[in-house]
Amino acid sequence: MPLLNQARSFLRNIVLARRVESDLDEEVRSHLDMLTEENLRAGMPLHEARRAARIELGGIDQVKEQVHEVQAGNWLHSIAGDCRYGIRQLLKNPGFAAVAIMTLALGVGANTALFTVVNGVLLNPLPYPRPDELVSLAQKLPPFEQFAISYPDFLDWGRMNHTFQALAAYRQNNFNLTGSGEAQRLKATQVSASFFSLLGVNLVLGRNFLPEEDRRGAAHVVMLSASLWKSRFGGSPAILGKTLTLDGEAYTVVGVVPESFYFCCESTNFRLGDVYVPIGVWDVPWMQDRGAHPGIFAVGRLQAGTTIEQARADTNQIAHNLAAAYPDSDKNVGIVLSPLKQAMVGNSRSMLLLLLAAVGLVFLIACVNVANLLLARSTGRVQEFAIRMALGATRQRLVRQLLVESALLALIGGSIGLLLAAGGTRAALAALPEALPRANEVRLDAHVLLFTLVVSAVGALLFGLMPVLKISGATVHKNLKERQRWASGSQHRIQRTFVAAEISLAVVLLSAAGLTIRSLANLWSVDPGFDPRNLLAFNVALPGSTAKGTPSEIRGYLNQLTDAIATIPGVTASGRTAGALPMAGDNEVGFWIEGQVRPSTTSDMPNALNYFVGPGYLKVMGIRLLRGRFISAQDNIHSRFVAVIDDRFERQYFRHRNPLGEHIHLAGLDELFEIVGVVGHVNQNGLDENERSAAVQLYNSIDQIPDKFITAMAKSAGFVVRTEASNNGITGAIRQTVGKMNDQQVAYDFAWMEEIISGSLAARRFTMFLLGVFAILALSLATIGVYGVFSYVVGQRTQEIGIRMALGAERRKVVLMVLGEAGKIAALGVGVGIVASIGFCRLIASMLFRVSSYDPVTLVSVAMILPAVALVACYIPARRASHIDPMRALRYE
Amino acid sequence: MSPEPTTLLQGTLDLLILKSLVAGEKHGLGISRRIEQITSGTFVVKPGSLFPALHRMEEEGWISAFWGDSENNRRAKYYRLTKAGQKQLEVEKKRWGRISWAIHQALEAS
Repeated sequence: MPLLNQARSFLRNIVLARRVESDLDEEVRSHLDMLTEENLRAGMPLHEARRAARIELGGIDQVKEQVHEVQAGNWLHSIAGDCRYGIRQLLKNPGFAAVAIMTLALGVGANTALFTVVNGVLLNPLPYPRPDELVSLAQKLPPFEQFAISYPDFLDWGRMNHTFQALAAYRQNNFNLTGSGEAQRLKATQVSASFFSLLGVNLVLGRNFLPEEDRRGAAHVVMLSASLWKSRFGGSPAILGKTLTLDGEAYTVVGVVPESFYFCCESTNFRLGDVYVPIGVWDVPWMQDRGAHPGIFAVGRLQAGTTIEQARADTNQIAHNLAAAYPDSDKNVGIVLSPLKQAMVGNSRSMLLLLLAAVGLVFLIACVNVANLLLARSTGRVQEFAIRMALGATRQRLVRQLLVESALLALIGGSIGLLLAAGGTRAALAALPEALPRANEVRLDAHVLLFTLVVSAVGALLFGLMPVLKISGATVHKNLKERQRWASGSQHRIQRTFVAAEISLAVVLLSAAGLTIRSLANLWSVDPGFDPRNLLAFNVALPGSTAKGTPSEIRGYLNQLTDAIATIPGVTASGRTAGALPMAGDNEVGFWIEGQVRPSTTSDMPNALNYFVGPGYLKVMGIRLLRGRFISAQDNIHSRFVAVIDDRFERQYFRHRNPLGEHIHLAGLDELFEIVGVVGHVNQNGLDENERSAAVQLYNSIDQIPDKFITAMAKSAGFVVRTEASNNGITGAIRQTVGKMNDQQVAYDFAWMEEIISGSLAARRFTMFLLGVFAILALSLATIGVYGVFSYVVGQRTQEIGIRMALGAERRKVVLMVLGEAGKIAALGVGVGIVASIGFCRLIASMLFRVSSYDPVTLVSVAMILPAVALVACYIPARRASHIDPMRALRYE
Repeated sequence: MSPEPTTLLQGTLDLLILKSLVAGEKHGLGISRRIEQITSGTFVVKPGSLFPALHRMEEEGWISAFWGDSENNRRAKYYRLTKAGQKQLEVEKKRWGRISWAIHQALEAS
């Protein structure tokens, strides 16, 4: 029953609030009257009786206030009251409110935006059922920690393991779609039959591949992506059972993959396909070659309850068994397992956590700023609080009032911050899409809202507590009397400490941003070993009929194509390539030098990056020729086989002799190659290539590719061309020329080398961009903080400054006094900040390039910028101080 | 039983208010004077304590309030004991008995 009574009272107090209130008022007044009557009866004169009664009652409002405190639902009432009152207070001082709210909005907004990204990329589970069971697989092929998988090995893993429910291999390929309509180049992903069922993807239409379709010689089947299905086939369900002509062969459509399907893997370069075909039907020699690693990676689903450690033990045993069975190809070859999420997210984890730390500092600065503002304002409100306390408000009541006001600020600031974050996240991801994996999964969700709420609440507590600490120490009497002095002394000290702290935090962020900017500048100034300007790379998919010709017919056709491209207006140089291409594609080959003992197994051989190029390549790329000659048009299948090496190859393998005229063997080829030239090294892996780990480089003539590989060459040809100006019109001309030669032929994958390079820096640019934004935010907030505090301090010291000036202090001296004080605080802040930033920047050491984490240039410039900004910020209050009229100042108050 | 002294005091006030209403309904001042009387002036309940207690107990359902006329024909708010209040009085009595016995024991201990 008591609960029911309470609930009834609660409702009555809320619904009939006014009646309850007037009831209470009447009750207390009648009590007072009765006391007076009592006193009158006792023989007191009227005024004496009234006085005594009032003394005994202790004040009508006080008694009522005390009753309010115990009434059910009182908190709701009084919080509503506090809110109304708080809003009035904010409106009374719109400048203060606007600055505080905007500061908070920026702080919360930046944090929410970054958390949105962290949440989408790092925290949210992968969008598959039971995502923790998913594992990414690769081969370990020393010196490479992660390498593509050999297909026969993969098939053996599937047979030999005891820990996986299923394993699926995948690989990127391309097809020409011909027939119905214009020829189109499609991104194809070759997958094992179990790929989609393993990931738990529900198809829009049709069925998954069957295991018997995933074998050599099986009938060709294909699954379509939803976007291709819609754009090319109108989304008609009648597509099932139809045939598509891909690379001249018929494929039957069996299913459609949903639009929502997403898979990515930074380390394995997975790309969503336009079409999916079974990998096992791919009939090329290297699918049966255990020593070949044709760009295949795999994903597996662990058996329920199996840990990745158990799976690792299992696969280690398998690798061991395979090495024993096939020493030539599998000796020293391991199997690498990593949780799929880790493989997907890759390096972005540390980058995002760093950014989260940085943006946390921005938030701290914002909180310190608002705390300072509130502190300054609370001084002006001392009297207001003293009066309320005198009228019977308890101290808790006032504390709550203050916290409600802070919460209001946090709520408004947080909401605006959320809006800023929603826009900002979208803008940042749109500006730098390649920088992040899982970027498509980044969105505002319940976690983000909760985060914003928590951050705002923590902020409200942090800055809201400052003025609270002030009033809880004070007494009514003291507050009513000592309005002015209470504000000085300790409070100024707190505010100055806050300002120094803000400056330190800003120093940390500016240093971090400065270091990343310098790293990026260093990267841009790296000479990649070739000239990327106006350099365009693309591929041409050859007609399906080409592969049916004889080797010499194929070579003839390719030369014809090369000539056609070379004569396109606007193309100043061109060259055909296969194998590796700087920053775009890797192709390695094992080798040994003639005269040395052949290593017993392929996996024991040193590796070189292998470029198959035509004679024009050197000129097109702008690579430096150091010695001898480059590959020429005379180096064809009928002449002696030649090779060109880079200077690093020379240094490593021909330390004390001339490499020209020496011969090398390449794994898998019977021919002996004579070294005819030495060229400069090219940064294969991007501008930030680590000099020690970079592989040596080897060039062979594209016309000397032996006959046994020629059919593979007949599928597509790679080109690089140097153009007159970097314009996209040239791609149209190339497409036209290529299509005119044969309407089954498509040019695709156009890529400007400069864009490839800038793309390789995308993650760094993302970090630099965000750190820069945060640093600017931090600097602006700190500036506002310095300005705010000094304006306030000068205002508080009007009287003191007036006296000084009355006593003969010059204006200049007053300005210097204020600036000097600011300078001291700035110096303290910068000192602490520099020490802190040396610590903080060590965290980002791995993201720096040719700049140390305590780079003096950066630190010194930051150490100069901040005090300068601080002095400018407090110059306005200092000038105001110097224009104080002594007479008016003395009369002030 | 709560160990905090404030609850002990609050409990005492509740007990005295409940007890003062056993004899019949009273307004605030009546309750205050009745408590003075039955405790021989030991406890003087100030309005600042009395009214919050009365309103709290009313919300608990131990007493009910109504408007009536005072002995001098003045409108006053009267309180009377409810059934729940009578039960509560017994609870408070027992509790007080235990407390005073315990305190007594403690003081007698050597």
